[in-house]
Amino acid sequence: MGWWAVFKKEMRLYFGSPMAYVVFTFFLVISGWFFSAIFLNYSDFSMRAFMQPQFSQNLNVVDNVMRPLFSNMAVVLLFFMPMLTMRLFAEEKRSGTIELLLSYPVRDGEVLLGKFLAAEALFAVLLVLTLVYPALVAFFTPIEWGPILTGYLGLLLAGGTFLAVGVLISSLTENQIVAGFGSFGVLLAFWVVGWGAEFAAPPWRGVLQYLSITDHMDGFSRGVVDTKDVVYYVSAIALALFLTLRSLESKRWRG
Amino acid sequence: MIQVERLTKRYGPVTAIEDVSFSVGKGQIVGFLGPNGAGKSTTMKILSCFMPASSGTARVGGFDVFSQSLEVRRRIGYLPENAPLYTDLPVAAYLDFVAEIKGVSRGARRGRVADVMDRCFVTEMQHRMIGKLSKGYRQRVGLAQALLGDPEVLILDEPTIGLDPKQIAEIRALIRSLAGQHTVILSTHILPEVSMVCDGVIIINRGRIVAQGTESQLVAQVFPSARIELRVTGASGDVAGALRAVPGVQGVQPLPSRDGSAAFLVESPRGRDVSGDLVRLVTSRGWALTELRQVGMSLEDVFLRVVAGEESQEPSAPMGAA
Repeated sequence: MGWWAVFKKEMRLYFGSPMAYVVFTFFLVISGWFFSAIFLNYSDFSMRAFMQPQFSQNLNVVDNVMRPLFSNMAVVLLFFMPMLTMRLFAEEKRSGTIELLLSYPVRDGEVLLGKFLAAEALFAVLLVLTLVYPALVAFFTPIEWGPILTGYLGLLLAGGTFLAVGVLISSLTENQIVAGFGSFGVLLAFWVVGWGAEFAAPPWRGVLQYLSITDHMDGFSRGVVDTKDVVYYVSAIALALFLTLRSLESKRWRG
Repeated sequence: MIQVERLTKRYGPVTAIEDVSFSVGKGQIVGFLGPNGAGKSTTMKILSCFMPASSGTARVGGFDVFSQSLEVRRRIGYLPENAPLYTDLPVAAYLDFVAEIKGVSRGARRGRVADVMDRCFVTEMQHRMIGKLSKGYRQRVGLAQALLGDPEVLILDEPTIGLDPKQIAEIRALIRSLAGQHTVILSTHILPEVSMVCDGVIIINRGRIVAQGTESQLVAQVFPSARIELRVTGASGDVAGALRAVPGVQGVQPLPSRDGSAAFLVESPRGRDVSGDLVRLVTSRGWALTELRQVGMSLEDVFLRVVAGEESQEPSAPMGAA
């Protein structure tokens, strides 16, 4: 299968270049810092709650540690994901290898699928490494695994959306820096659009809130898989990949 | 195997190729010859389905490059100009990827990859990163990937560029050995390469085909007369006049002479050998014949005549992109 060959090639290139390791390292450092800050704060708080039992009503490790951690990770991913996708098409165009790749008997969709799934798989590896945080929590206190699982599902979908947008923008340029900054800019815009919701008048408030790319994460980290959120991410991924395919195919008919 | 009809490609206002038509039969090796920027690479990019033509059609193995691109791509092996390869992959891993994407089955892959590495002389570099290879090795890895999957048609854009003389000879022999089973179209601006490797020649200049055929056809077409160089000593009187009087001789030009001998270039119609008559004339006059040889016209002479002739005719024509 063509997509499988492309997938394996991209994985080889990811692990053969320093980029994957740099992204992994810094993501783990930053999310680890968030985790320790949040977790220490929580243990401090629960100590005081022990003294004054009236505060301990709402004390829940998933709500107070994992939920803020997931939302912080989503924001950090927004900064990091463009670095994983910026080279996918831009580099092939710049170096001319796209000319050979497109001369092989594979459909453009298979090339795209192989590349996108490679990025998503790399991202999944990164998420697996972060399982150390809930594992650490579980070491100290009983933990509910359900919301953790849905939280990771949310991250996978949100991150997948970041990757799909990055792939789209990488297919539009042959400059990796432009691809990286372009996708970062678009993602940032979809993040900050949610902030405007507070000041907007009612019909717009809902629209802006719905557009916000990270707000849809929150339900997942509370253990709620809302169709509305799933639809948001899945359709965003599908739209970005569809546009990428069109941009690839245009190469074959545009003069 | 390859039919190209009235192919035209414009990049905005610039016309890269115009009204290009040619066909290549099964098992033939055809050389695409032209100065830089003549439109060789453009034609090859269209044939490899990388980009569409502005007008005209191109078919490979009966399939249209535009509407049946996937079928065409199953049948071609392509080496683009400068062999763009993934520099961060080792040679063997890269070729394995190409074999897989070309649909070589899992079991056969290792053997096929080893085979093309062997034929292209890159086996000793198989674990080296492509980015660390010299230009010559990179070019040969590019050729190896084109050969994978045993395609019926090979499209090679300047396959011997960047190679040293020994490697050039090896690669030419390799391409030559493909004749018969594979149809090959290769571009070059090394003229002797075409004479050595190709069955047919297409000369392209400023986006238009200016001559095509076999080498001998082109020579006959561009230089209708045969030439004999003649050198005599001890001659007196009007030697040129006497030569001109020989039946069949069309023209006689004196050549610069050395060491007191007289030299002439004698032209006669192709297919009529006047050398015997010339010898009889010289000996009957009592002159000494020191040299008599057929002057063969090479492809280079044809190319220079055809391309230079074009250039003097339309000096303001726009140059096409490469």
